[in-house]
Amino acid sequence: MEEPGNLELATKSITGRPADGPRFLGATTELEYGVKGWWTTEFYLDGQATFGDSTLFTGYRWENRFRLLPREHWINPVLYVEFENINGADKGLLEVVGHDGQEDLIVPNADARLEKQREIEAKLILSSYVKGWTVAENFISEKNIRHEPFEFGYSVGVSRPLALTARADRCNVCPENFQAGIELYGGLGTHADFGVRDTSHYIAPTVAWTLASGTSFKISPGFGLTGASAGFLLRFGVSYEIAQFGRAARSMFHR
Amino acid sequence: MKLIGLTCLLLISAWAQNVGPLEQAPAKFANKKNPMQGNESASRAGAKLYARECAACHGSEGEGGEKAPPLKRAEVFQAPPGTLFWVLENGSLNRGMPSFAHLPEPQRWQIITYLQSQKPADHATGK
Ligand code: HEC
Repeated sequence: MEEPGNLELATKSITGRPADGPRFLGATTELEYGVKGWWTTEFYLDGQATFGDSTLFTGYRWENRFRLLPREHWINPVLYVEFENINGADKGLLEVVGHDGQEDLIVPNADARLEKQREIEAKLILSSYVKGWTVAENFISEKNIRHEPFEFGYSVGVSRPLALTARADRCNVCPENFQAGIELYGGLGTHADFGVRDTSHYIAPTVAWTLASGTSFKISPGFGLTGASAGFLLRFGVSYEIAQFGRAARSMFHR
Repeated sequence: MKLIGLTCLLLISAWAQNVGPLEQAPAKFANKKNPMQGNESASRAGAKLYARECAACHGSEGEGGEKAPPLKRAEVFQAPPGTLFWVLENGSLNRGMPSFAHLPEPQRWQIITYLQSQKPADHATGK
Protein backbone atom coordinates (compact mmCIF):
# COMPACT_ATOMS: atom_id res chain seq x y z
CA MET A 1 0.00 0.00 0.00
CA GLU A 2 1.11 3.56 -0.64
CA GLU A 3 1.39 5.78 2.44
CA PRO A 4 -1.34 8.41 2.64
CA GLY A 5 -0.30 11.56 0.77
CA ASN A 6 2.59 9.89 -1.09
CA LEU A 7 2.77 9.78 -4.85
CA GLU A 8 4.81 7.17 -6.67
CA LEU A 9 5.79 7.53 -10.31
CA ALA A 10 6.88 4.32 -11.96
CA THR A 11 7.53 2.71 -15.27
CA LYS A 12 7.25 -1.01 -15.77
CA SER A 13 8.55 -2.54 -18.95
CA ILE A 14 8.70 -6.02 -20.33
CA THR A 15 10.43 -7.49 -23.33
CA GLY A 16 10.24 -10.93 -24.86
CA ARG A 17 10.24 -12.80 -28.11
CA PRO A 18 7.49 -15.36 -28.71
CA ALA A 19 8.55 -18.49 -30.58
CA ASP A 20 6.99 -17.51 -33.93
CA GLY A 21 7.03 -13.76 -33.70
CA PRO A 22 9.13 -10.66 -33.37
CA ARG A 23 10.49 -9.17 -30.17
CA PHE A 24 8.23 -6.71 -28.37
CA LEU A 25 8.59 -4.11 -25.67
CA GLY A 26 5.59 -3.41 -23.48
CA ALA A 27 5.70 -0.30 -21.31
CA THR A 28 3.45 0.88 -18.53
CA THR A 29 3.62 4.26 -16.84
CA GLU A 30 2.11 4.30 -13.42
CA LEU A 31 0.94 6.93 -10.95
CA GLU A 32 0.15 5.62 -7.50
CA TYR A 33 -1.32 7.73 -4.72
CA GLY A 34 -2.06 6.92 -1.10
CA VAL A 35 -5.51 8.34 -0.38
CA LYS A 36 -5.87 6.79 3.07
CA GLY A 37 -3.87 4.32 5.10
CA TRP A 38 -6.26 1.64 3.83
CA TRP A 39 -6.86 2.93 0.29
CA THR A 40 -4.40 3.36 -2.61
CA THR A 41 -5.44 4.46 -6.06
CA GLU A 42 -3.39 3.87 -9.19
CA PHE A 43 -3.56 5.00 -12.80
CA TYR A 44 -1.68 3.28 -15.62
CA LEU A 45 -1.03 4.17 -19.24
CA ASP A 46 0.02 1.30 -21.47
CA GLY A 47 1.87 1.19 -24.76
CA GLN A 48 3.97 -1.23 -26.73
CA ALA A 49 6.39 -1.50 -29.61
CA THR A 50 6.78 -4.60 -31.75
CA PHE A 51 9.89 -4.86 -33.88
CA GLY A 52 9.13 -4.79 -37.59
CA ASP A 53 5.54 -3.82 -36.80
CA SER A 54 4.47 -0.63 -35.01
CA THR A 55 4.53 1.34 -31.78
CA LEU A 56 1.19 2.20 -30.24
CA PHE A 57 -0.70 3.35 -27.19
CA THR A 58 -2.86 0.49 -25.98
CA GLY A 59 -5.02 1.95 -23.24
CA TYR A 60 -5.32 2.77 -19.58
CA ARG A 61 -6.13 1.08 -16.31
CA TRP A 62 -7.45 2.44 -13.06
CA GLU A 63 -6.93 0.42 -9.97
CA ASN A 64 -8.01 0.79 -6.36
CA ARG A 65 -6.59 -1.23 -3.52
CA PHE A 66 -8.29 -1.65 -0.20
CA ARG A 67 -6.77 -3.07 2.88
CA LEU A 68 -9.50 -5.12 4.47
CA LEU A 69 -8.37 -5.29 8.08
CA PRO A 70 -7.37 -2.28 10.15
CA ARG A 71 -4.73 -4.18 12.12
CA GLU A 72 -1.70 -6.18 11.15
CA HIS A 73 -2.30 -9.92 11.22
CA TRP A 74 -0.44 -13.04 10.36
CA ILE A 75 -2.04 -12.81 6.92
CA ASN A 76 -3.18 -9.45 5.59
CA PRO A 77 -5.80 -9.37 2.86
CA VAL A 78 -5.83 -6.55 0.32
CA LEU A 79 -8.56 -6.31 -2.31
CA TYR A 80 -7.66 -4.89 -5.74
CA VAL A 81 -10.35 -3.71 -8.08
CA GLU A 82 -9.21 -2.60 -11.49
CA PHE A 83 -11.00 -1.21 -14.50
CA GLU A 84 -9.10 -1.71 -17.74
CA ASN A 85 -9.83 -0.09 -21.05
CA ILE A 86 -7.14 -1.53 -23.26
CA ASN A 87 -7.04 -3.14 -26.66
CA GLY A 88 -5.91 -6.58 -27.71
CA ALA A 89 -2.46 -5.31 -28.68
CA ASP A 90 -1.59 -4.55 -25.05
CA LYS A 91 1.64 -6.31 -24.10
CA GLY A 92 2.15 -4.90 -20.63
CA LEU A 93 1.64 -8.41 -19.25
CA LEU A 94 1.12 -7.06 -15.75
CA GLU A 95 -0.47 -10.37 -14.94
CA VAL A 96 -1.27 -13.62 -16.69
CA VAL A 97 -4.86 -14.91 -16.61
CA GLY A 98 -7.05 -17.48 -18.32
CA HIS A 99 -5.33 -19.02 -21.32
CA ASP A 100 -3.04 -16.06 -22.03
CA GLY A 101 -0.07 -17.41 -23.90
CA GLN A 102 2.59 -16.64 -26.44
CA GLU A 103 0.11 -16.97 -29.32
CA ASP A 104 -1.52 -13.72 -28.16
CA LEU A 105 1.82 -12.02 -28.62
CA ILE A 106 2.24 -12.78 -32.32
CA VAL A 107 -0.98 -11.25 -33.65
CA PRO A 108 -0.02 -8.21 -35.80
CA ASN A 109 -0.74 -4.91 -34.05
CA ALA A 110 -3.17 -3.73 -36.73
CA ASP A 111 -5.42 -6.73 -36.03
CA ALA A 112 -4.89 -7.04 -32.31
CA ARG A 113 -5.74 -3.39 -31.62
CA LEU A 114 -9.27 -3.88 -32.97
CA GLU A 115 -10.15 -6.09 -30.04
CA LYS A 116 -11.55 -4.00 -27.18
CA GLN A 117 -10.83 -5.24 -23.71
CA ARG A 118 -13.03 -3.39 -21.28
CA GLU A 119 -12.51 -5.47 -18.22
CA ILE A 120 -13.09 -5.47 -14.54
CA GLU A 121 -10.45 -7.27 -12.63
CA ALA A 122 -10.47 -8.22 -8.99
CA LYS A 123 -7.53 -9.55 -7.08
CA LEU A 124 -7.20 -10.77 -3.58
CA ILE A 125 -3.70 -10.43 -2.23
CA LEU A 126 -2.69 -12.12 0.97
CA SER A 127 0.60 -10.98 2.36
CA SER A 128 2.60 -11.92 5.41
CA TYR A 129 5.86 -10.72 6.88
CA VAL A 130 7.85 -13.48 8.51
CA LYS A 131 11.34 -12.86 9.90
CA GLY A 132 12.22 -10.33 7.24
CA TRP A 133 10.60 -12.31 4.42
CA THR A 134 7.64 -10.91 2.56
CA VAL A 135 5.31 -13.64 1.35
CA ALA A 136 2.52 -12.68 -1.04
CA GLU A 137 -0.14 -14.85 -2.62
CA ASN A 138 -2.37 -13.39 -5.19
CA PHE A 139 -5.55 -14.71 -6.73
CA ILE A 140 -6.83 -12.90 -9.81
CA SER A 141 -10.19 -12.96 -11.54
CA GLU A 142 -10.94 -10.94 -14.62
CA LYS A 143 -14.17 -10.36 -16.53
CA ASN A 144 -14.73 -8.58 -19.79
CA ILE A 145 -17.69 -6.27 -19.23
CA ARG A 146 -19.61 -7.31 -22.30
CA HIS A 147 -18.82 -10.91 -23.03
CA GLU A 148 -16.43 -13.78 -22.48
CA PRO A 149 -16.03 -15.83 -19.37
CA PHE A 150 -14.41 -15.12 -16.06
CA GLU A 151 -10.67 -15.70 -16.34
CA PHE A 152 -8.44 -16.62 -13.45
CA GLY A 153 -4.79 -16.36 -12.57
CA TYR A 154 -2.44 -16.47 -9.62
CA SER A 155 0.93 -15.35 -8.43
CA VAL A 156 2.96 -16.30 -5.38
CA GLY A 157 6.19 -14.70 -4.36
CA VAL A 158 8.70 -14.42 -1.55
CA SER A 159 11.36 -11.77 -1.12
CA ARG A 160 13.75 -10.48 1.48
CA PRO A 161 16.26 -7.64 1.86
CA LEU A 162 19.87 -8.84 1.85
CA ALA A 163 20.32 -7.38 5.33
CA LEU A 164 17.63 -6.87 7.95
CA THR A 165 19.40 -4.14 9.91
CA ALA A 166 20.20 -0.78 8.34
CA ARG A 167 23.71 0.63 8.26
CA ALA A 168 24.29 3.84 10.16
CA ASP A 169 25.65 5.81 7.20
CA ARG A 170 23.71 7.01 4.19
CA CYS A 171 24.54 4.52 1.46
CA ASN A 172 23.43 3.36 -1.94
CA VAL A 173 25.32 0.11 -2.29
CA CYS A 174 24.58 -1.51 1.04
CA PRO A 175 22.87 -4.89 1.49
CA GLU A 176 19.74 -3.47 3.18
CA ASN A 177 18.92 -1.62 -0.06
CA PHE A 178 18.75 -4.80 -2.13
CA GLN A 179 15.72 -7.02 -2.10
CA ALA A 180 15.92 -10.47 -3.67
CA GLY A 181 13.12 -12.88 -4.26
CA ILE A 182 11.37 -15.31 -6.51
CA GLU A 183 7.92 -15.30 -8.03
CA LEU A 184 5.72 -17.89 -9.68
CA TYR A 185 2.75 -16.72 -11.74
CA GLY A 186 0.39 -17.99 -14.37
CA GLY A 187 -3.10 -18.51 -15.71
CA LEU A 188 -5.77 -20.79 -14.28
CA GLY A 189 -8.19 -21.01 -17.19
CA THR A 190 -11.76 -19.78 -17.13
CA HIS A 191 -14.86 -20.63 -15.10
CA ALA A 192 -15.81 -23.12 -17.81
CA ASP A 193 -12.47 -24.94 -17.73
CA PHE A 194 -10.73 -23.98 -14.55
CA GLY A 195 -7.27 -25.49 -14.21
CA VAL A 196 -3.79 -25.42 -15.66
CA ARG A 197 -4.42 -27.14 -19.01
CA ASP A 198 -3.14 -24.97 -21.91
CA THR A 199 -2.13 -22.16 -19.62
CA SER A 200 1.15 -20.37 -19.25
CA HIS A 201 3.27 -20.23 -16.14
CA TYR A 202 6.49 -18.49 -15.32
CA ILE A 203 9.12 -18.64 -12.65
CA ALA A 204 10.93 -15.38 -12.11
CA PRO A 205 13.74 -14.39 -9.77
CA THR A 206 13.54 -10.69 -8.87
CA VAL A 207 16.08 -8.18 -7.65
CA ALA A 208 15.23 -4.67 -6.52
CA TRP A 209 17.63 -1.91 -5.55
CA THR A 210 16.53 1.24 -3.75
CA LEU A 211 18.84 4.24 -3.66
CA ALA A 212 19.09 6.52 -0.65
CA SER A 213 17.17 9.14 -2.67
CA GLY A 214 14.14 6.86 -2.90
CA THR A 215 14.58 5.88 -6.54
CA SER A 216 14.17 2.18 -6.98
CA PHE A 217 15.14 -0.21 -9.79
CA LYS A 218 13.75 -3.65 -10.32
CA ILE A 219 14.63 -6.42 -12.73
CA SER A 220 13.09 -9.84 -13.11
CA PRO A 221 13.87 -12.44 -15.78
CA GLY A 222 10.93 -14.84 -16.18
CA PHE A 223 11.25 -18.36 -17.55
CA GLY A 224 8.28 -20.02 -19.22
CA LEU A 225 7.38 -23.38 -17.71
CA THR A 226 4.79 -24.71 -20.15
CA GLY A 227 4.38 -24.98 -23.93
CA ALA A 228 1.89 -22.13 -23.98
CA SER A 229 4.30 -19.76 -22.17
CA ALA A 230 6.78 -17.51 -23.90
CA GLY A 231 10.25 -18.95 -23.33
CA PHE A 232 11.74 -15.91 -21.68
CA LEU A 233 10.36 -12.57 -20.51
CA LEU A 234 12.42 -9.81 -19.01
CA ARG A 235 10.66 -7.33 -16.77
CA PHE A 236 12.36 -4.17 -15.56
CA GLY A 237 11.20 -0.96 -13.96
CA VAL A 238 12.09 2.25 -12.18
CA SER A 239 10.05 4.00 -9.54
CA TYR A 240 10.36 7.25 -7.70
CA GLU A 241 8.46 8.24 -4.62
CA ILE A 242 7.43 11.78 -3.67
CA ALA A 243 6.62 11.79 0.04
CA GLN A 244 3.65 13.97 1.00
CA PHE A 245 3.04 15.04 -2.57
CA GLY A 246 0.39 17.70 -1.78
CA ARG A 247 2.68 19.55 0.57
CA ALA A 248 5.69 19.18 -1.73
CA ALA A 249 3.66 20.64 -4.61
CA ARG A 250 2.35 23.54 -2.53
CA SER A 251 5.78 24.52 -1.27
CA MET A 252 7.01 24.48 -4.86
CA PHE A 253 4.43 27.09 -5.88
CA HIS A 254 4.65 29.24 -2.76
CA ARG A 255 8.32 29.86 -2.76
CA MET B 1 -25.04 -15.37 10.18
CA LYS B 2 -24.57 -14.35 13.81
CA LEU B 3 -20.85 -14.82 13.42
CA ILE B 4 -20.75 -12.49 10.41
CA GLY B 5 -22.72 -9.86 12.35
CA LEU B 6 -20.34 -10.11 15.25
CA THR B 7 -17.27 -9.87 13.03
CA CYS B 8 -18.67 -6.75 11.34
CA LEU B 9 -19.35 -5.18 14.71
CA LEU B 10 -15.83 -5.93 15.89
CA LEU B 11 -14.39 -4.52 12.68
CA ILE B 12 -16.46 -1.35 12.91
CA SER B 13 -15.54 -0.80 16.53
CA ALA B 14 -11.86 -1.28 15.71
CA TRP B 15 -12.13 1.31 12.91
CA ALA B 16 -14.04 3.81 15.00
CA GLN B 17 -11.63 3.94 17.96
CA ASN B 18 -11.12 7.49 18.96
CA VAL B 19 -7.87 7.35 20.89
CA GLY B 20 -4.29 7.68 19.67
CA PRO B 21 -2.37 4.55 18.72
CA LEU B 22 -0.15 4.63 21.82
CA GLU B 23 -3.21 4.06 24.02
CA GLN B 24 -4.53 1.35 21.74
CA ALA B 25 -1.51 -0.94 21.99
CA PRO B 26 -2.41 -4.14 23.87
CA ALA B 27 -0.76 -4.24 27.31
CA LYS B 28 1.26 -7.37 26.56
CA PHE B 29 3.35 -5.45 24.01
CA ALA B 30 4.68 -3.20 26.76
CA ASN B 31 6.81 -6.13 27.96
CA LYS B 32 8.53 -6.61 24.63
CA LYS B 33 12.18 -5.56 25.02
CA ASN B 34 14.09 -3.49 22.50
CA PRO B 35 17.15 -5.64 21.69
CA MET B 36 19.05 -2.50 20.61
CA GLN B 37 18.11 -0.20 23.48
CA GLY B 38 20.72 2.53 23.96
CA ASN B 39 22.94 1.22 21.17
CA GLU B 40 24.56 4.25 19.57
CA SER B 41 25.04 2.91 16.06
CA ALA B 42 21.48 1.51 16.04
CA SER B 43 20.29 4.99 16.92
CA ARG B 44 22.24 6.54 14.01
CA ALA B 45 20.83 3.94 11.62
CA GLY B 46 17.42 4.72 13.12
CA ALA B 47 17.90 8.43 12.41
CA LYS B 48 18.59 7.58 8.78
CA LEU B 49 15.51 5.40 8.55
CA TYR B 50 13.44 8.05 10.33
CA ALA B 51 14.44 10.65 7.73
CA ARG B 52 13.34 8.32 4.95
CA GLU B 53 10.18 6.81 6.44
CA CYS B 54 8.74 9.24 8.97
CA ALA B 55 10.05 12.79 8.55
CA ALA B 56 7.68 13.76 5.72
CA CYS B 57 4.76 13.50 8.17
CA HIS B 58 6.27 13.94 11.64
CA GLY B 59 8.85 16.59 10.73
CA SER B 60 12.60 16.16 10.28
CA GLU B 61 13.20 16.77 14.00
CA GLY B 62 10.03 15.05 15.20
CA GLU B 63 8.42 18.44 15.70
CA GLY B 64 5.16 17.25 14.11
CA GLY B 65 3.56 18.20 10.84
CA GLU B 66 0.32 19.36 9.30
CA LYS B 67 -1.37 16.04 9.78
CA ALA B 68 0.83 14.10 12.21
CA PRO B 69 1.54 14.70 15.91
CA PRO B 70 5.03 15.63 17.20
CA LEU B 71 7.10 12.67 18.35
CA LYS B 72 9.52 14.63 20.52
CA ARG B 73 7.16 14.34 23.44
CA ALA B 74 7.43 12.75 26.85
CA GLU B 75 4.66 10.24 25.95
CA VAL B 76 6.78 8.88 23.11
CA PHE B 77 10.10 9.17 24.91
CA GLN B 78 8.79 7.31 27.95
CA ALA B 79 6.57 4.83 26.17
CA PRO B 80 7.57 1.20 26.59
CA PRO B 81 9.56 0.33 23.43
CA GLY B 82 7.20 -2.59 22.82
CA THR B 83 4.27 -0.18 22.63
CA LEU B 84 6.04 1.84 19.93
CA PHE B 85 6.82 -1.41 18.17
CA TRP B 86 3.11 -2.18 18.11
CA VAL B 87 2.34 1.31 16.75
CA LEU B 88 4.85 0.85 13.90
CA GLU B 89 3.48 -2.60 13.14
CA ASN B 90 -0.18 -1.57 12.99
CA GLY B 91 -0.19 2.15 12.30
CA SER B 92 -3.50 3.93 12.71
CA LEU B 93 -4.84 3.43 9.23
CA ASN B 94 -8.06 5.36 9.44
CA ARG B 95 -6.30 8.35 11.02
CA GLY B 96 -3.40 8.63 8.63
CA MET B 97 -0.55 6.69 10.24
CA PRO B 98 0.55 3.87 7.89
CA SER B 99 1.67 0.43 8.99
CA PHE B 100 5.41 -0.25 8.84
CA ALA B 101 5.10 -4.01 9.11
CA HIS B 102 6.93 -4.23 5.77
CA LEU B 103 10.12 -2.95 7.42
CA PRO B 104 12.15 -5.81 8.87
CA GLU B 105 11.85 -5.96 12.68
CA PRO B 106 15.48 -4.95 13.35
CA GLN B 107 14.92 -1.75 11.33
CA ARG B 108 11.80 -0.95 13.36
CA TRP B 109 13.86 -1.36 16.55
CA GLN B 110 16.53 0.92 15.11
CA ILE B 111 13.91 3.63 14.56
CA ILE B 112 12.56 3.18 18.09
CA THR B 113 16.10 3.37 19.51
CA TYR B 114 16.55 6.66 17.69
CA LEU B 115 13.17 8.07 18.82
CA GLN B 116 13.92 7.26 22.44
CA SER B 117 17.46 8.60 22.35
CA GLN B 118 16.04 12.08 21.62
CA LYS B 119 15.16 13.69 24.94
CA PRO B 120 11.89 15.61 24.62
CA ALA B 121 13.61 18.57 26.29
CA ASP B 122 16.03 18.82 23.33
CA HIS B 123 13.17 20.17 21.33
CA ALA B 124 12.17 22.80 23.85
CA THR B 125 15.75 24.11 24.08
CA GLY B 126 15.88 24.31 20.30
CA LYS B 127 18.70 21.81 19.96
C1 HEC C 1 1.72 9.43 6.14
C2 HEC C 1 2.06 10.15 7.32
C3 HEC C 1 2.82 9.42 8.42
C4 HEC C 1 4.01 8.73 8.31
C5 HEC C 1 4.85 8.49 7.07
C6 HEC C 1 4.33 8.29 9.65
N1 HEC C 1 3.36 8.67 10.53
FE1 HEC C 1 3.32 8.31 12.54
N2 HEC C 1 1.51 9.15 12.67
C7 HEC C 1 0.82 9.77 11.64
C8 HEC C 1 -0.48 10.23 12.14
C9 HEC C 1 -1.53 10.93 11.33
C10 HEC C 1 -0.54 9.86 13.49
C11 HEC C 1 -1.71 10.08 14.46
C12 HEC C 1 -2.55 8.82 14.43
C13 HEC C 1 -3.68 8.82 15.44
O1 HEC C 1 -3.79 9.74 16.23
O2 HEC C 1 -4.44 7.83 15.43
C14 HEC C 1 0.72 9.21 13.79
C15 HEC C 1 1.05 8.68 15.05
C16 HEC C 1 2.27 8.16 15.40
C17 HEC C 1 2.66 7.75 16.72
C18 HEC C 1 1.78 7.85 17.98
C19 HEC C 1 1.96 9.20 18.55
C20 HEC C 1 1.00 9.50 19.64
O3 HEC C 1 1.24 10.48 20.33
O4 HEC C 1 -0.01 8.80 19.80
C21 HEC C 1 3.95 7.31 16.66
C22 HEC C 1 4.81 6.79 17.80
C23 HEC C 1 4.36 7.44 15.28
N3 HEC C 1 3.32 7.96 14.54
C24 HEC C 1 5.61 7.08 14.81
C25 HEC C 1 5.96 7.09 13.46
C26 HEC C 1 7.21 6.59 12.96
C27 HEC C 1 8.36 6.08 13.82
C28 HEC C 1 7.16 6.70 11.62
C29 HEC C 1 8.20 6.24 10.60
C30 HEC C 1 8.58 4.85 10.66
C31 HEC C 1 5.88 7.30 11.26
N4 HEC C 1 5.18 7.50 12.41
C32 HEC C 1 5.47 7.58 9.97
C33 HEC C 1 1.26 9.92 10.34
C34 HEC C 1 2.41 9.35 9.82
